Amino acid sequence: MARYGMAVDTRLCVGCMDCVVACKTENRVPEGFDRDWIAYETAGTFPALRQEIRSERCNHCDNPPCVTCCPTGASHVDGFGQLVLVTHNACIGCKACLASCPYDARFVHPQGYADKCTFCVHRVKEGLDPACVSVCPTHCFTFGDLDDPNSAISRKLASRRSHPLLPAAGTRPRIFFLD
Amino acid sequence: MDSLSRRRFLRISAATIAATSATAGVARLAGRAAGEGGPARGLHTVPTFCDICFWKCGAMAYVEDGKLWKIEGNPADPLSEGRLCPRGTGGVGAHFDNDRLKAPLIRRKRRGDDEWVQVTWDEALGHVAEKMQAIKATYGPEAVALFSHGLGGTFFKHTIRAYGSPNIAAPSFAQCRGPRDVGFHLTFGEEVGSPERTDIRNARCLVLIGSHLGENMHNTQVQEFAAAMDAGASLIVVDPRFSIAAGKAKHYLPIRPGTDLALVLAWMHVLVTEGLYDREYVAQHGFGFEAFAAELAPYTPEWAYPETGIEPAVIRETAREMARFRPATLVHPGRHATWYGDDAQRSRAVALLNALLGSWGRKGGFYAPTSMDVPGYPYPDYPAAPLGKVDNPGGRYPFALETLTTGIREATLTGQPYPIKGWFTYATNLVTALPNEAETIRAIQNLDLLVVVDVIPGEMAGWADVVLPEATYLERYDDLNVELFREPFVALRQPVVPPPHDQQPNWWIARELAKKLGLESYYPWKTIEEYLEFRLTKAGLSFAELKQKGILRGRPQPIYYEDGLTPEFPTASGKIDFYSTALRDKGFDPVPKYTKPADPPSGMFRLLFGRAPVHSFGRTQSNPILHEMMEENELWLNADVAARMGLADGRYVRLRNEDGVVSNRVKLKATQRIRPDCVYMVHGFGQRAVRLRRSLGRGASDAQLTTRYKTDPLMGGTGMNVNFVAVEAEA
Repeated sequence: MARYGMAVDTRLCVGCMDCVVACKTENRVPEGFDRDWIAYETAGTFPALRQEIRSERCNHCDNPPCVTCCPTGASHVDGFGQLVLVTHNACIGCKACLASCPYDARFVHPQGYADKCTFCVHRVKEGLDPACVSVCPTHCFTFGDLDDPNSAISRKLASRRSHPLLPAAGTRPRIFFLD
Repeated sequence: MDSLSRRRFLRISAATIAATSATAGVARLAGRAAGEGGPARGLHTVPTFCDICFWKCGAMAYVEDGKLWKIEGNPADPLSEGRLCPRGTGGVGAHFDNDRLKAPLIRRKRRGDDEWVQVTWDEALGHVAEKMQAIKATYGPEAVALFSHGLGGTFFKHTIRAYGSPNIAAPSFAQCRGPRDVGFHLTFGEEVGSPERTDIRNARCLVLIGSHLGENMHNTQVQEFAAAMDAGASLIVVDPRFSIAAGKAKHYLPIRPGTDLALVLAWMHVLVTEGLYDREYVAQHGFGFEAFAAELAPYTPEWAYPETGIEPAVIRETAREMARFRPATLVHPGRHATWYGDDAQRSRAVALLNALLGSWGRKGGFYAPTSMDVPGYPYPDYPAAPLGKVDNPGGRYPFALETLTTGIREATLTGQPYPIKGWFTYATNLVTALPNEAETIRAIQNLDLLVVVDVIPGEMAGWADVVLPEATYLERYDDLNVELFREPFVALRQPVVPPPHDQQPNWWIARELAKKLGLESYYPWKTIEEYLEFRLTKAGLSFAELKQKGILRGRPQPIYYEDGLTPEFPTASGKIDFYSTALRDKGFDPVPKYTKPADPPSGMFRLLFGRAPVHSFGRTQSNPILHEMMEENELWLNADVAARMGLADGRYVRLRNEDGVVSNRVKLKATQRIRPDCVYMVHGFGQRAVRLRRSLGRGASDAQLTTRYKTDPLMGGTGMNVNFVAVEAEA
């Protein structure tokens, strides 16, 4: 079974938010909410500065606290690609998962269920990349099966230094930011 | 570390009550029939091309159950390669914007009072035609001017020419890329064009001077920029602000604003004195090199240091870096070039630097664009315009390649060389596009007729006598896009869904107006499809196939000298003019000379402005999707300066310029990412159009503060980075 993950090349990303807009239209994310977002970090004193720009979203963790804390089983690790997904009609909107996520990746949809990035599971099942990946003008994303050593993402991660977010949280996130 | 928190990003707009989300808009439009023969149920796609900026990327629009859903890039399109920019991706919001113009309007009271009567198209166009005929009878047809931006203006230009006026202008020349195109024209005999003929993807060294690719989201350029970075190209960024591109640069040069020409002259000095330039290329193609080299003698890096603030060692090192990778070193010409009033000469210096590197016509430099041969429609000849054009009397600006908007404005104010009594604007907001809005408004008050055609009711519509609502690009046909690019192609814009209210496409408005003016003979075609099919058939292409594919590509041609393209330089000398006799003969410097910019008055900062990736000019702030991505702009001020002034990051401030104009309130971004002597904001905010409820009063307008401008003596461009502002705490 595949184990989908993502590599984001911070050298290429320009923080244009195309990923945010594409997710919004693809998934009809309601106004005021977003499933992905841009983080900018700047360090130093002018003009000796360093900047990292990251397109962030649910990390589809290998050890997902949102799943272990869910009282109803709505948040689950799906049989397809080991994606972390939410069964809408099983969710009671208790927000335990919102509190448990160290990445602040979830929100309560106006219709009452916890919502977040699905890695565009509906597209991936059709052999497409997630909307954010296929729209990116800088081609900064590589999406694919982390368990397949020959996948583009495995080869990318083998060839470049990268870091996940908050590794100390013990969540074993599946999104890697290429340095 | 300053970082944008997730919470801040998710903050729901205060305008939510007035706003309509894209999804709500869909619900509201439920039940409306699909546009062009799409099924009422299920999903279908319609190929078209984008109009959120002027880049014209090919796109596929998705319609579900008759309702517009989303838009993606058309993989067959060489401009977008199947990937739209954030503005294009959010373009569907233009269709759903509930503040868009919905029906023709005629002003009821005084100009600018914003009181309107909704009328039929017949009444509106009848009124416009009557006024135009009255102007023609008294002053001649030349007294009506058209200001137009983008491809959609094609048919208005046709109607106005048929009516008899040659006065047709766009701010894209005198307020934007004009100086650049003149500088390159005077050097190579050709312009950079749009899309720019920059071979960024193959550049091994890329130099950006004030050009903030990544924030400036011209799709092809950003894609190629990322590809060049991925391939390990060396990046040199010159900017008073640590831009997104600066964060990726090998060399970041934090230049003092207004001194770019000093840096370029010093770079050329190094290349020439160290013998690093492309001697063979210059010997073969150059004219006047010796005289040029002699002029460069004083411009040493040591001379440039106190001007630019860039250390001589850095100037030498970066010049050598450029030489190392030539001819695949691209010194980007930029686009918005109207900065300081000496812009054509600065752009010419950039052209000359590229000439020294041998990059013009070479892979990794500037390619020679090609296009398909698609004949125009055979219209009757336009009537003669005996008064000539009004904008540049006596050739005052001898190197103006296009009509000057500001020249037309001046004639409207002075009546010289002859009066201008009617303005027709298409998709351009002159109140903010031209510098010194007071002059623009005085000119408007001199008019007998102001007609505004637009999708949204911007500031310009507020001053109009008649407002004509246009269908968005997703709801209309347009003329063909026969692009000049890396490879020849033709693209079709076609309706995806019908206009939701009483909006009409530009070609319909222009043709119906022509009929009312008695100019039917200029519109022999009955439908726009007939017009498009006629042009395509003449070119040996199939309209049916283009409707299905959106893009038809032609056979690639050689675009580099190394591929067998013959170098041609239609300049004064027939070669690359290192020394320009054309300039000398008109009394200008044949080789660019540096003039020192003014220093900011005590306690003031130079006002700089630029672009954000999610907005086009001031045209997208009301789009519900793009509005949400960036609701207001921020004032960038150096964090140390802000601390000394006691101004905390995130608080609101106002700007006051030297003429006492005070801006709307704007949020302070206290950041290390900018020099202490200037401030920066994204253009297009601080809107005052009361009918655009999402954008009204959000952020500050650089245009409002641009009361001063410096006119380029070569070509009439208006340098606008010459305004200084004080930053005042908002009570």
